[in-house]
Amino acid sequence: MSAAGTVRLSVDGEPVAVPAGSSVAAAVASVAAARFRRSVRGEPRAAVCGMGVCFECRVRIDDTPHQRACMTPAREGMQVSTDD
Amino acid sequence: MTERYDVLVVGAGPAGLAAARAAASHGARVGLLDAQARHGGQVWRHDVLHGTPRPARIAFDLLARTRGHVEWLPQHQVISADHRTLLVETPRAAVRLSCGSMVLATGARELLLPFPGWTLPGVTGAGGIQALAKQGWPVRGKRVVVAGSGPLLLAAAATLRRHGARVLGICEQAPAAAVAAFAMQLWRWPARAVQAAVLRTRLAGIPYRCGSFVRMAHGRDALCGVDVDDPHGPLHIPCDLLAVGYGLVPNVELASMLGCALDHTRIHPCVRVDTLLRTSTANVYAAGESCGIAGLAAARIEGSMAGHAAAGFPAAATALLPSRQRARRFADLLAQHFALDARTRTLAGADTIICRCEDVTLAALDGFTDARAARLATRCGMGACQGRICGTTLAELDRFPHGGIRPPLFPARLATLATGDPSTP
Repeated sequence: MSAAGTVRLSVDGEPVAVPAGSSVAAAVASVAAARFRRSVRGEPRAAVCGMGVCFECRVRIDDTPHQRACMTPAREGMQVSTDD
Repeated sequence: MTERYDVLVVGAGPAGLAAARAAASHGARVGLLDAQARHGGQVWRHDVLHGTPRPARIAFDLLARTRGHVEWLPQHQVISADHRTLLVETPRAAVRLSCGSMVLATGARELLLPFPGWTLPGVTGAGGIQALAKQGWPVRGKRVVVAGSGPLLLAAAATLRRHGARVLGICEQAPAAAVAAFAMQLWRWPARAVQAAVLRTRLAGIPYRCGSFVRMAHGRDALCGVDVDDPHGPLHIPCDLLAVGYGLVPNVELASMLGCALDHTRIHPCVRVDTLLRTSTANVYAAGESCGIAGLAAARIEGSMAGHAAAGFPAAATALLPSRQRARRFADLLAQHFALDARTRTLAGADTIICRCEDVTLAALDGFTDARAARLATRCGMGACQGRICGTTLAELDRFPHGGIRPPLFPARLATLATGDPSTP
């Protein structure tokens, strides 16, 4: 059960709670590493534009790869994987 | 499956909301779509802590009270288009939307300029962190430097502070004299002057440095500080976040795909429209920032005009022309006073990454004079963003113009692409 106004999901297996209406990007930023993906050269990257243009925040959500975390509303029980 | 509308409006920011209302006021059946889950666009973005801005709520509620019918289509990402049909992807399906006429209200994105360290986690756009904070991104207690250029920096700083961030300072690249001259002209736009006064109160105590820009970001796996070039000497500021944006760039990709002529007067093209906001493609209209950055007031007026015209009522559109011209003059004021200092375009070093999708450095792009050749040889612009970031950057750096975009407009699922080109029935 989740508290009112809170959504619970998991990021790389770690449980995260964010305010209802938050994006998946907010959930990923809430975990310690706060990294979304590794670049071609292996550098850590995180969200930049916040509006679906730069694609730096792409992650795997419930087995669908390459989803823009900033464009996806966080939903109860979502499984998010970074470094996708 | 193809759904048919009298008027399709692409983008549900201030311009798109106004367009949908105006078109529906004449009894039209309107489809209003946006790639985002909520209406409001960027400037009226819903805030998880503070709700939907009042003007956005009003504009949306008014859609239900028109003569016609407006269908709200959230999370509808346009993948491909011709002038009568859009191929659109939703989280679950691919759909085709056809229409009698179309209004493009695709808005703008931020201009991001490369500098050493700009790819570190913790470095975002200025409007970028504002959007992220409103989506619930945790900024409480974080030390933030806001940098770049234009009035958006003030709005970003205010949002950050409202969400509990410690804003250490705002670095505005424009010199103090230019910023002062801009402020002196604001009385001509009373709404803007009030907005500026409110922001000033909300930003009390935050240093606002003019003629100042971030030259380098430091950190290993995440940002830990920035070097700032300031007229009073160099500064090092330890921080957790850097929010840096150098202004806005019109989103013209969909217009371009529809064959609409672009205006190349400035570095970044905008959609060319006539006084009725008609593009060069029949039955396609454009409104707001995609026609050149002019701000909220112009977007709302142009949205209304385009909506009236698209529904077949050009007289109602023409009546708004004087107020449009007045609002558009604000654009000239902005461009004039926040012109970029040449030094902001020379910050990237040889090994600074320009194309973030493919990790292409500035040195790797030496010698190329067009986007296509650079793409073929280095993969620059071939990644998921399709050159929206690096193509814009390279145009700003005067390397070569943006190479344009090919379908799909955004990366799409195979099943969506299998739905076929919208130009074939």
